[in-house]
Amino acid sequence: MSSRREILDLLRENARYTTEDLAHLTDFSESEVESIIEEFEEAGVICGYQAVVDWGAVETEEERVRATVELNVALDRETNYGDIADRIARFPEVTSLRLVSGDYDFDLEVEGDSMREVSHFISDKIAPIPEITQTVTHYIMESYKEQGMTFDDHDDDDRLSVSP
Amino acid sequence: MTFEPADRVDAVPPSGIRRFFELAEEMDDIISLGVGEPDFSAPWAAREAAITSLERGQTSYTANRGKRELRERIARYESDVHDLSYDAEDEILVTAGASEALDLAFRALLDPGDSLAVVQPCYVSYVPGATFAGVDVIDVPTRVEDEFKLTREVLEESGAAEADALVYCYPNNPTGATMTGDELVEVAAFCRENDLVVFADEIYADLTYEHDHTSIATLPGMRERTIVFNGFSKAFAMTGFRLGYAMGPPEAVTAMNRVHQYTMLSAPTTAQHAAIEALDDCREEVTDMATQYDRRRKYVLSQFEEMGLDCFPAAGAFYAFPECPWDDAGEFAEALLQSKSVAVVPGTAFGEGGAGHLRISYATGLEDLKEAMTRIADFVQ
Repeated sequence: MSSRREILDLLRENARYTTEDLAHLTDFSESEVESIIEEFEEAGVICGYQAVVDWGAVETEEERVRATVELNVALDRETNYGDIADRIARFPEVTSLRLVSGDYDFDLEVEGDSMREVSHFISDKIAPIPEITQTVTHYIMESYKEQGMTFDDHDDDDRLSVSP
Repeated sequence: MTFEPADRVDAVPPSGIRRFFELAEEMDDIISLGVGEPDFSAPWAAREAAITSLERGQTSYTANRGKRELRERIARYESDVHDLSYDAEDEILVTAGASEALDLAFRALLDPGDSLAVVQPCYVSYVPGATFAGVDVIDVPTRVEDEFKLTREVLEESGAAEADALVYCYPNNPTGATMTGDELVEVAAFCRENDLVVFADEIYADLTYEHDHTSIATLPGMRERTIVFNGFSKAFAMTGFRLGYAMGPPEAVTAMNRVHQYTMLSAPTTAQHAAIEALDDCREEVTDMATQYDRRRKYVLSQFEEMGLDCFPAAGAFYAFPECPWDDAGEFAEALLQSKSVAVVPGTAFGEGGAGHLRISYATGLEDLKEAMTRIADFVQ
């Protein structure tokens, strides 16, 4: 018997599945699929639907630059991690933000149209935040896998066309 | 001097699949639903174990029966997953695919002139394998109204009581039919009453969707008269590694090993290293792949329902076996290939018991599967 979780797995696999597709792939009816998705959306479990893009494969002259940034912060009695995260997450340049364990506190992903733009964003907007004590920026040179999808994985089907 | 095939080779006609294979090979951009192997690659951990074994130079023969470590892992896996208990020392034989294991069983455990009851429709190698071994075949045709399950009635009507051995495959290629433990009880009783040896091909055991798989060897009085066949090709998606195994009483396994040691010597060593890792560490991947097949199965069955084509509810392996809307399934498959570039296999390729049906493999990515089903619907309508 299918579980509601299966709907999430399938949408993670391909957000373009229609409710009809999802009903065919599971034991739910179309109307059940619709209401499950609606509940997930209302509860904030499904926050949105995005395409996974291999920017390296886009034929355009526009540069698209991404960087991951390690941030160290110093907390005081008035400020906690959540306060700092709230402030940083508001910038549209920031595409993801995570509190992590290890040598640094926050793991930040930033997107911009050029290295210059990303550099300025870090130096002008992020570094000056009083609680931030250190930033280390890593520009992403090439992306091989995003959100579970491998880019250019040469998985052409070379099996026999017909076999026993 | 000219080379003429030996009579027993001449007696075997070319595979019914061959014509479709040749036609399909000539065409570009076909979507093939005719492929009897997983579209997934072997789990990465297993592939890496194979690479590591090569880097370490582990390239020599192994023990004829297979590496001891692998046989122990197989014994543990079969005990954990299928409730089967076999001794790694003398009850398990590792072979080059389950197909080799079946061939060994036919040659090592049956004499020329013995008869083998073959449950049909069936995997394409059973009947030729019996012929190569000089063994007579008794057809046991299962019926669509029984959902292609083996019943006592079918066994009695076909004259299987006169056979020395019975071979079947559940979950089944090509029908996708499965049998529950309860349904196997009467088959087991028939085999005991008529002193039949059972060759149980359980290569698709881990791809059973509607109920747990039960091996006939777990039923009372059956372990001592059954050889169970399994392998890494289907559930572990390791077809190209060519690795299977047989499990049975020591005297049977010893006899099979005697043929094996003079023909194959030992199963591929690199593949054995990969298989040890697969059994140790890749069970989660097997579950994930089975989940994907199950989703595709539901999709394919729902599409046939929408098309108005009768398709019995396949519950295992990765095949659907709908009725063909034309009288001649071969003509239908050829026309579908020519006009819509979709390859399916006519049921007759798997014996006369498959007449009037098509084998549709859903071991194909969902996007291609959707496109193929749309084209089939167009063609049918």
